Amino acid sequence: MIRFERVTITYAEATEPVLRDVDLEIDEGELCLVIGPTGSGKSTLLGAMNGLVPHFTGGTLLGTVTVDGRDTRTHPPRELADVVGYVGQDPLAGFVTDAVEEELAYSMEHLALDPPVMRKRVEEILDLLGLAHLRDRPLRTLSGGERQRVAIGAALTAHPRVLVLDEPTSALDPTAAEEVVAAITRLVHDLGMTVVLAEHRLERVIQHADRVVRIGPAGAVVIGAPAEVLATVSDVPPIVGLARLAGWQPVPLSIRDARRSAPRLRERLLDASGGVEPRRATAEPPAPAASAVLDATGITVTYGAVVAVRDVDLRLAAGAVAAVMGRNGSGKSSLLWAIQGTGPRLRGTVHVAGQDPAALVPADARRLVGLVPQDADDLLYRETVEAECRQADRESGAPDGTCRSLLDRLVDGVPDAAHPRDLSEGQRLALVLAIQLVADPKVVLLDEPTRGLDYAAKRHLATILRDLARRGHAVLLSTHDVEFVATVADRVLVMADGDIVADGPAADVLVASPSFAPQVARILAPGRWLTVDDVAQALAPAPVATRVAT
Amino acid sequence: MADPRRSPGALASGRLPRALHPVAWWIWAIGLATAASRTTNPLLLGLIIAVAAFVVSERRSDAPWARGFRGYLIAGLVIVVLRVVYRILFGGDYGDHVLITLPEIPLPDWAVGVSIGGAITLESVLAAAYDGLRLATLIICIGAANVLADPRRLLRSVPSALYELGATLVVAVSVAPQLVESVGRVRRARRLRGGSGRGIRASIGILIPVLEDALHRSLALAAAMDARGYGRSAHVPAKTRRLTGGLVIGGLIGICVGAYGVLDETVAPILGLPMLLAGAAAAIAGFAIGGRRLDRTTYRPDPWTVTETVVAATGVAAAVLMIAAGLADPASLQPSLVPLTWPGLAPLATLGILIAGLPAWLAPPVRLPTEIALARRAPSVPGARP
Repeated sequence: MIRFERVTITYAEATEPVLRDVDLEIDEGELCLVIGPTGSGKSTLLGAMNGLVPHFTGGTLLGTVTVDGRDTRTHPPRELADVVGYVGQDPLAGFVTDAVEEELAYSMEHLALDPPVMRKRVEEILDLLGLAHLRDRPLRTLSGGERQRVAIGAALTAHPRVLVLDEPTSALDPTAAEEVVAAITRLVHDLGMTVVLAEHRLERVIQHADRVVRIGPAGAVVIGAPAEVLATVSDVPPIVGLARLAGWQPVPLSIRDARRSAPRLRERLLDASGGVEPRRATAEPPAPAASAVLDATGITVTYGAVVAVRDVDLRLAAGAVAAVMGRNGSGKSSLLWAIQGTGPRLRGTVHVAGQDPAALVPADARRLVGLVPQDADDLLYRETVEAECRQADRESGAPDGTCRSLLDRLVDGVPDAAHPRDLSEGQRLALVLAIQLVADPKVVLLDEPTRGLDYAAKRHLATILRDLARRGHAVLLSTHDVEFVATVADRVLVMADGDIVADGPAADVLVASPSFAPQVARILAPGRWLTVDDVAQALAPAPVATRVAT
Repeated sequence: MADPRRSPGALASGRLPRALHPVAWWIWAIGLATAASRTTNPLLLGLIIAVAAFVVSERRSDAPWARGFRGYLIAGLVIVVLRVVYRILFGGDYGDHVLITLPEIPLPDWAVGVSIGGAITLESVLAAAYDGLRLATLIICIGAANVLADPRRLLRSVPSALYELGATLVVAVSVAPQLVESVGRVRRARRLRGGSGRGIRASIGILIPVLEDALHRSLALAAAMDARGYGRSAHVPAKTRRLTGGLVIGGLIGICVGAYGVLDETVAPILGLPMLLAGAAAAIAGFAIGGRRLDRTTYRPDPWTVTETVVAATGVAAAVLMIAAGLADPASLQPSLVPLTWPGLAPLATLGILIAGLPAWLAPPVRLPTEIALARRAPSVPGARP
């Protein structure tokens, strides 16, 4: 269906090609997952499938790409619209109209289909993707998962033979992601659609993939069965990590398969921990000397008639990392902004070191509470990293070089002369975090920091956050990323509809929840294990113990 | 029982809830506005505003774009007030009913004919108020059209030769709120860095991320449009394209000149009606040639039925009857200020305006979102009746 023959893609002004000598053949009815670190060329590979690369993006493409027999050299994206449906990273940015039904009809209007055919197809797609109740809704009022499904539906109405999706679940909470993944697998199984999708969060989609395309260093591309390809990768979803640790063969990719292999591991773990409930090192109660750094009571945030946060009390201790979870729109961001003092707050008080940040001028408020917002790029406006750092030092009245040395502590080798927008997602996040840390806030808040980060960057971020906590900051982050929370958080709060509905040690809250339980917890339930590292630590002394016993 | 939206009779007579063709609403509103432009009679103008407001209240939908009518009313009020205040400040001393005398500020000789302060007469204040009210009424009529007809659907019904223009407008309309949102977001972010969000330096700090954001979005949008087939069949020979463009633009210029010629009696007659007709013919020819080349269809096109014709006709009737009333008795439409007279309701003009109120009943009821419609129906389920 899709064939790449000796394809090499080089962008203008780049010295090295993004993709080198790619030979690929994706068959009909296949669900193909594209993986690789950030910036490795996943989006480029997907874009090449409908001609956006290089017709739209510029650059040179050597070799040939054919889709359903059409050469993308002679067919620009618009001429492939009836064969390839393409859904970009941010569905909202790709919406042309502003109501659901019209969005669904847009491609068909350009394919010049008859009105009766269009009407029938719109109705079919509304049913297929469970969108019928949203048909009159303005697109901006939809939730993240709904938007993504509308974007998929809008691509499907043209009856393409291939559907290309760029990170369809990255901005979604676990439940919405499952909705979207369910819709995609339904297309593959029931309609025989060929689907190619790129995704960072392998744990969400790997079990449904027929084959995996891995983009490695220097643009080399490997294709193969999921288990085969994953065997060559060091950053794997927890389920594969656990399988490696326990030596399971073949490597299970779904929770169901993994649980079948798990009983022996569960027994070993029970022996290793001597029947005692596993207690994570990170779950130690904070030192008694550390009293609450942040004390918020009765926080209420409203937007018109909508209550975003309802009477929330929150205390944060120094030296601990807390995570707020909850579905999109449950009030997480509003809570963080209200605590920082910049966002609206209808009622309630916040005390940090005896002061309320909302009562101070912004320059003083950020010395108490620093916030890294969801769109961290909004904070950056200088031409180079160096200028950005100098600006940050000036803003905080810190000695020259403070920001730069903080940045170096967070990540290695960010070039001074680089434009902030050219950095990788992880580097950019570190830069924004460094800028906020120059003011040395007692409390550090991060809104959705893991968006767009690959496994390596997330692991690094986890180290950074633990380090901040060790240095006496109180860290609070909001996120959808269950696996990240499992590695980093001591305490988890769950918000729903503006209320905090759960608050406790990470293990207690995560293990008990059907949608927020990390993979390791699902596999090893009822044991309270959250991450592969926990399990590895518990097993490490085990051989010694057995030797003593024998 | 009294609710026509629920009574079986309304449905039986073929008036199922649906959206009226946007062009019908615009013709209606322009007719009403034309009527307003022909008079300064405050009673007639007030009646026009009342009729427009009544139709809006009966036939507007719950959509976001339909909530702005209050804004147009406020804008109208502001215009009247400004007009009167301006007249009070910059003098107006004709007539002899002096209301109050302000101290006059002496101006240098070169400012001959301009005065600040002085005697304020009832006549001059009324003249300003009448004039302001006429402008306010025009704006409220256009506002009514904006509120009754979905602006996007109106753009969808532009001739296909103007499709690209329509698409550009649609994108521009959706970009504006995004830009506002983006500015708000970046300003908040700036405060996180300790900036106050004011002053020139801060503006640069806000402008750059906002522009980068806008550029990023527009690229994403362009990519999405391309991937979904936009501009698919635009293989048009350059010659045809130039011919179409020339005809449409030339025609529109002709229409403008012709309309001016028709309205202004001092212009040579050849620039009047003949020019208007020639311009219209050229534009229509351009649309026809341009429309033939485009291979595109419209999803759920708005039908043009008898109802549309009737609604449009009521607006035209208001304009025609107003013009007729003006020809028959000009004084009834321009109440005299010197000497002061009480304005009267010219019967022909009043009839015309009242006819324009009929769409409140003639236009089909607004289609409610299914959930709301079901919820409203619930009490009338037989078993649920008390």
